[in-house]
Amino acid sequence: MFDGPEPIYVQIAAWIRAQVLSGELGEEEQVMSTTQFATTFRINPATAAKAFSGLVEEGLLYKRRGLGMFVAPGAREKLLADHRQRYFAEVLDPALAQADILDIPVGDIIDYVLGRAPRSGAGVAKKEK
Amino acid sequence: MSLDPFGARLDDVAVRYSTSWRVTQQGTFSKATGGIALDGATSLFPAGAITGLLGRNGAGKTTLLSLLAGFRRPTAGTVRVGPEGSEQDPFENPAIVSGVQLVREAGDVLTDEKVSATLKHYAAARPRWDSDYADRLLDLFELDVRKTPSALSRGKRSALGATIGLAARAPLTIFDEVYLGMDAPTRYAFYDELLKDYAEHPRTIILSSHLVEESERLFEHVVVVDRGRILLAEPADDMRGRGTSLTGNADAVARLAAGHRLLHRQELGPTAMVTVEGPLTDEEAAEAADSGVAIGSVPLQDLFVHLTSTTARKESER
Repeated sequence: MFDGPEPIYVQIAAWIRAQVLSGELGEEEQVMSTTQFATTFRINPATAAKAFSGLVEEGLLYKRRGLGMFVAPGAREKLLADHRQRYFAEVLDPALAQADILDIPVGDIIDYVLGRAPRSGAGVAKKEK
Repeated sequence: MSLDPFGARLDDVAVRYSTSWRVTQQGTFSKATGGIALDGATSLFPAGAITGLLGRNGAGKTTLLSLLAGFRRPTAGTVRVGPEGSEQDPFENPAIVSGVQLVREAGDVLTDEKVSATLKHYAAARPRWDSDYADRLLDLFELDVRKTPSALSRGKRSALGATIGLAARAPLTIFDEVYLGMDAPTRYAFYDELLKDYAEHPRTIILSSHLVEESERLFEHVVVVDRGRILLAEPADDMRGRGTSLTGNADAVARLAAGHRLLHRQELGPTAMVTVEGPLTDEEAAEAADSGVAIGSVPLQDLFVHLTSTTARKESER
């Protein structure tokens, strides 16, 4: 766990974001404490604290004095909006650029997209585990 | 009893072992020059953080730590230890020294008396000693207090040192290669205890080690010492960002590496893999992507090896 190339606090923040996004961590739910993080993943508690303070600044977590860190109301919506926005720039743009290089007509792409099984909601798009 | 964590600082510290005189066969005196253990060492050990003191064997780690514990005095420069804002010279300074627990490889135990006698000694010497915690650690490490330290295996003696260091709850706790002789499960049990107790009882901890890989995640701060000099003293995350590895076509890699200090280089036919200091600029990253050069991060352990061996090479060329 957390042995990717990025700084550990960045990886911890990404992990918490992913948990909020997937709904595993619900709004107003308590996040593991820095001590629990430190002892569970054998990392310095200050490293976990650094990840938390970044997430507080992003408005995803908030601190309840004497109790710990909690997921902020609206955190998931915020992440969804953020990721939806980035989807076009980070996922779709490179895919379309690739299609350009391969001379795939726009019509083919539209046909492909329209021919896909219709999706009724966000829940269907979730991958089965 | 609560004490604020101690900070520690070295300013331009030198430690030279004294010159000794020897009588030659002719009856004249000959001068034997002492070695230099530390030279111009300036470094900060932030209060309340876990700092990793990294260095190869003979780099000066143990000398540096004995200065902080007030066991010796520097030949030149100043050493300051104490609560933030009121640091003092630790040498022959009981108010400071009672708050510093240095666990050395030598053990500092009553070798020929039962382990319980050593523990009693530390219980009296350390104001914040927690005997219940010491008992729990003795259980964890399976230490028999009725044995004498000299009858213990090396690993068990190290575990006794770890027990003393943790149970002392000293505002400055220093472990000098405490893991020697411990097997892997014992080392990990020690790391876990250290983190748990540190989280509950914040204090300043210095851990000297060359097992960088398994201990680096414990560190908030790192100090690297090499041949008596401080190579760097900075947050661990900064040190992790110091190295970049480049792998790809040898010419492209050489072009990219040109503006950086080269730490390591390996060639496999037309492919080269180099480690350079510092991150790449955005333009360099773009150029790397264009020429198919893979950019990677460098584990702290490798960075430590490259940094200390580069200096070693440079020194020997002089």
